[in-house]
Amino acid sequence: MSYVAKSPWIIHYDGSSCNGCDIEVLACLTPMYDVERFGIVNTGNPKHADVFLITGAVNERNKGVIKQIYDQMPEPKVVVAVGICACSGGIWEECYNILGGTDKVIPVDCYVPGCAARPEAIIDGVVAGLGVLAEKRARMEKGLDPEGKDEAAPEAAVGAPEGTEASEAEKEA
Amino acid sequence: MSEEKKYLIQNFEPITPDKLLERVRNLKDEGYRFVQLCGINKKDHYQLLYAFDLDHVMLLLRMDITPDEEVESITKEYWPAFIYENEVHDLFGIKFLHNALDYGGNFFTTSEPTPWAIK
Amino acid sequence: MSKRTIIPFGPQHPVLPEPVHLDLVIEDEKVVEAIPSIGFIHRGLEKLVEKKEYTEMVYVIERICGICSFGHGWGCVGAIEGAMGIEVPQRADYLRTIWHELSRVHSHLLWLGLLADGFGFESLFNHCWRVREAVLDIFEETTGGRVIFSVCTVGGVRKDIDNATLRAISQKLEEIKKETQKLTGVFINDTSVKNRLCGVGYLSKEDATELCTVGPMARASGIVQDIRLTGNGVYDEIGFEPCVETAGDCWARCKVRIDEIYASINMIQTAIDKIPDTEIAVPVKGNFSGEFALRMEQPRGEAFYYAKGFDEPTKFMERMRVRTPTNMNIPAMVKTLQGCDLADVPMNILTIDPCISCTER
Repeated sequence: MSYVAKSPWIIHYDGSSCNGCDIEVLACLTPMYDVERFGIVNTGNPKHADVFLITGAVNERNKGVIKQIYDQMPEPKVVVAVGICACSGGIWEECYNILGGTDKVIPVDCYVPGCAARPEAIIDGVVAGLGVLAEKRARMEKGLDPEGKDEAAPEAAVGAPEGTEASEAEKEA
Repeated sequence: MSEEKKYLIQNFEPITPDKLLERVRNLKDEGYRFVQLCGINKKDHYQLLYAFDLDHVMLLLRMDITPDEEVESITKEYWPAFIYENEVHDLFGIKFLHNALDYGGNFFTTSEPTPWAIK
Repeated sequence: MSKRTIIPFGPQHPVLPEPVHLDLVIEDEKVVEAIPSIGFIHRGLEKLVEKKEYTEMVYVIERICGICSFGHGWGCVGAIEGAMGIEVPQRADYLRTIWHELSRVHSHLLWLGLLADGFGFESLFNHCWRVREAVLDIFEETTGGRVIFSVCTVGGVRKDIDNATLRAISQKLEEIKKETQKLTGVFINDTSVKNRLCGVGYLSKEDATELCTVGPMARASGIVQDIRLTGNGVYDEIGFEPCVETAGDCWARCKVRIDEIYASINMIQTAIDKIPDTEIAVPVKGNFSGEFALRMEQPRGEAFYYAKGFDEPTKFMERMRVRTPTNMNIPAMVKTLQGCDLADVPMNILTIDPCISCTER
């Protein structure tokens, strides 16, 4: 995608992450990677946000928190799962308190693998997410449901960054 | 500068539940700092491991308890121990008496109750 | 008496990226009581000892926390090596110390940035993180990872750093030091920053002792307590001295961490000058047995590791316990929050340098 009409704001929630991906998400915003030059701003308020970044796997306690933040975000919205824990549970999959990846609770549009996910990969993931966001907005302008719930065959998650096909395939397997 | 390798000193001391409070009180008077408390599942009983520190040398109290035994809380001497006692309660199901700050099982919300307990 | 209100803080809060929840009981603008509740990140990873062999467990423990991951890895292998009686080659010990101290530099710079963000000084936050990227580049060059390295293994380290690279690191650190000096001057001397930090969150030496605080929090209240004094690693050979302040407020905690950045840089440079040419790992075979309790000085304070094998040695451990520094500092945080202004709550929480994913594991 060549340009974004509106500056997308992101909200970040730390599921049960080890902080590794969290600090990489923050690193994206700081001078070295500096996504703010694209107008991407980190906000603390779900009601201002377009993109929801989740790091870490989902557990019993934060399930409700993630659901609530997601529900508070206005349509159209995109969810990006950052790091392998948010994608599938990662090495914590076998732990007694882990339910699995973010998609156990809310629909996820983009998966960014890695332990920890590198800033380049996170930026790629968010940019891919913006593509999904534009599609959802277009659908809303036509008066359709942004998530495609009113269509017979819901569209599959699109636009994962390059090099993630393998892990995507793994997930579906 | 430390000339000796203090970290190699491993002081493990067995203790019984009835002596625990008295020993902890003595340690407090001697100026020991509370380091941690953890539970160990020994298949037929539990073991509690209390760690204390004085001048960078650690002392560990090892206490064996039966599965349904209730343990006296040490929060009266060391208030920060409430974190560990709530944790051990939620994960192992061991009950602590007279805990100064009892979360009543709501410290850790786990998908299954007392995941570490003897099954 | 004015009316009491309860203000919930977290788990999703702009000032703190990590989920901790506090119920702040407020009277006018003063906090009367703070009730912490945690458990948002509890994964139950200590239970993985039943499924992972002791050599694999190192990489699980390393992922407790992405900020002090190297220290966790070292603590875990240290406990295992202690229990099995493995002697690590000198060069491995030096390399571990170098990586651990580099982690401290990166962790403290990260924390300084978050603190600046906490009191609304956004450009200072960005500058701290810019300098920090130089440290991450060193990690990437030497281990391949930016935040999680998986370079520590039972018996030594998995990667060597050749001497030319080490000398280049020493040079780079000199530049990092110069850059950091420009920033830390603002934290220590700037009037508006001092207004936010000085006298806020005061913790006396008596209270700090009573509440069993650890790490920079204890050292800022005048307690000389640093696990690096216990002789683990090569700290006795590279001129380690603990950094202690006496003021006990947020500013003192900030000062301790700033001093530690410089102390760590100096120690790394000394270690690079002294590093011996030996093997970097000894082969480890066989089953795990014995028990060992070890403590490490993490950037946030004392961490406790306990490894215990079964009576019949197997590939698995019976128990691997990790107690992390934030666990021990939460009582002190609750104490400093009592009686503080609502506007100072973020400062009080940030200056213990909370690491919630460490706390809950």
